[in-house]
Amino acid sequence: MIAFLTAVLASGVRTGTSVLFATLGELFTERAGVLNLGVEGMMLMGAMTGFGITWLTGNPWLGALAAMAVGGLMALLHAFVALVLRAEQVVSGLALTFLGSGLSAVLGSPLVEVRQVARIPTWSVPFLSQIPVVGPILFDHNFLVYIGFLLVPLCWFWIYRTRPGLELRAIGENPAAADVQGIKVMRQRILYVAFGGVLAGLGGATLSLALTPTWVEGLISGQGWVAVGLVIFAGWDPIRALFGSYLFGALRRLPIDLQNFGRFRANPSLGYFTSMLPYLFTIVALLTVSIGDIGRRWGAPAALGRAYVREDRDA
Amino acid sequence: MTGSTVPGVVPASRLRLRLEAREQPGLPTHLAVSLLLLLAALLLAGTVMTVAGGNPLDVYRSMFGAAFGSRWGLNDTLIKMVPLALASLGVALAFRMKMWNIGAEGQLLMGALAASGIALFAVPPDMPRLPALALMAAAGAAGGAAWAVVPGWLRAQFGVNEIISTLMLNYVALSIVQFFVYGPWGERGFGLTPMFERHTWLPRLTDFADQWSALRGLTLHLGILAVPVAIACLAILLERTKFGFEIAMVGDNPDAARYAGVRLRRTMIIVMALSGALAGLAGMSEVSGVVHRLLEHISPGYGYTAIIVAWLGRFNPLAVAVVAFLFGGLIVGADEIQSAGISSLLQGVILFVMVSGNLLIRYRIRLRPPEAMR
Repeated sequence: MIAFLTAVLASGVRTGTSVLFATLGELFTERAGVLNLGVEGMMLMGAMTGFGITWLTGNPWLGALAAMAVGGLMALLHAFVALVLRAEQVVSGLALTFLGSGLSAVLGSPLVEVRQVARIPTWSVPFLSQIPVVGPILFDHNFLVYIGFLLVPLCWFWIYRTRPGLELRAIGENPAAADVQGIKVMRQRILYVAFGGVLAGLGGATLSLALTPTWVEGLISGQGWVAVGLVIFAGWDPIRALFGSYLFGALRRLPIDLQNFGRFRANPSLGYFTSMLPYLFTIVALLTVSIGDIGRRWGAPAALGRAYVREDRDA
Repeated sequence: MTGSTVPGVVPASRLRLRLEAREQPGLPTHLAVSLLLLLAALLLAGTVMTVAGGNPLDVYRSMFGAAFGSRWGLNDTLIKMVPLALASLGVALAFRMKMWNIGAEGQLLMGALAASGIALFAVPPDMPRLPALALMAAAGAAGGAAWAVVPGWLRAQFGVNEIISTLMLNYVALSIVQFFVYGPWGERGFGLTPMFERHTWLPRLTDFADQWSALRGLTLHLGILAVPVAIACLAILLERTKFGFEIAMVGDNPDAARYAGVRLRRTMIIVMALSGALAGLAGMSEVSGVVHRLLEHISPGYGYTAIIVAWLGRFNPLAVAVVAFLFGGLIVGADEIQSAGISSLLQGVILFVMVSGNLLIRYRIRLRPPEAMR
């Protein structure tokens, strides 16, 4: 039983890493007061680009970098449409998702046949990975997982303990006040939206370069949307985002982990129900923060989804 | 998160609607700008196709020819239009009050599932066609409505973000359908149910070929009659009833609507139910009118395309149906060149260009002198 739980948690950490990156990215985007519902599209493009570049160059790190660049560029598109042209952010984000799924399908069609590409390498941390239970869960993974470990405290520190983090919170809560303080609201928002896209692209590449090293249309299968949900579940807090992502990851892997159990082997149609769990989990996660007073303590950035235009300040 | 601050829902929209209300650009302006943007979108998508190694002109020509070039093409386009129009009308209704129901795909699947259950197990073999179809339509609408009411209620009661919950339920619905078509209702593990009995099929034009020989071979089914009915019902509901006015009010400003005595929760849940029911009907018409069985891939993403269609039609029932017709052609055309990717690429690019272009219209308004703006 302990061995099974260890395996579930270990694969949860590994599987959850892709959604963790996307969640952290969206967290920054929303902290800056911008809603980007294009995460799914950016992840798809990231996954496709990462896979394609790795196939072309043989270097998965180049693939990951390219994925981040593409994610960032797509996010800039959203920033342009939603912030500069001031389109409705919900619709612009949806459009980005459709754009990403269409683009990745067309541009990635030659990649569907490709089977062998280099993966992001795995590294068992010396000594630490030998610790029973904890070792396999935390210290026996590919490098992207460790990058995720490092990124979370960094994000936390940036948001809560640095001057730019203070400004970030200001432009998300009260852009007019931030503007008066001399903070360049528009420029910072665009930068954070782009950063969110960079992380979403990396999240997509995590999937296609480390978890399921293939490319198929719609590879992300809703994880971008899960990321948007997890940001709410996390109360816009990176630490909680980490737990949410790993929990999602564990549930997402559960159908595969359970396959070896007798009852599931005998009745494979149970797998259809276990594969619903990660999606139901996301809804339940949102429900718990909506019901409990957690939601009241950690609210959304007050200016989330609201365009800021100096002339309209009093409106 | 408090109930009223669902991310991105209220403020940005208030801005857009207010700007639009200052001066309504006339229909000619709208059409001209839309056409221009469509050209731009085709150009952009064509560039992508060229990069991917195709010839966009050939692609567009064969797509257009397949969809609108012949009676058979039009037949196919109209067949695709039916589920698209029904689902899009549902989406448009919800979007009108800023309920971002992006779960039409799941609602369509659940409608198809419910209607199939009736067709396979509840309709006695000697039942006449009309009551059998009515039963299936009711089940389809109920299935879709039930699937939409859950996120609607979660939003109304607890403030759970409906964008996420409706989208998540799409995947859950797909798993449920897969369970049934591979499991208890399945036929030899191919992911489909047995064929329905003929009296549960929506009549097709070709069925009347004895009377009118010109109809021979046309597979368009009478589910298409539901489209004008739905347009009329929605138009009346939205423009002529108190409830429709309340929907518009909530969409405009939920707080003001509440002060004015609109029962927000009730309105939200009813709107979601109607929205889901329309998507469910779309699912019913697919299983009963087109494939005559339930299968895993009953929808090539109609529910997602419906979001685009609803927005491009500006949530106006008639315009939504027109766009649904055009997008039906798009799907047929993509089938012709055997690339679903091209279809979703075009849909994505068109929506994105139109979303940006919407602002071109708006900026023209903003060039007016300040008096006109106050």
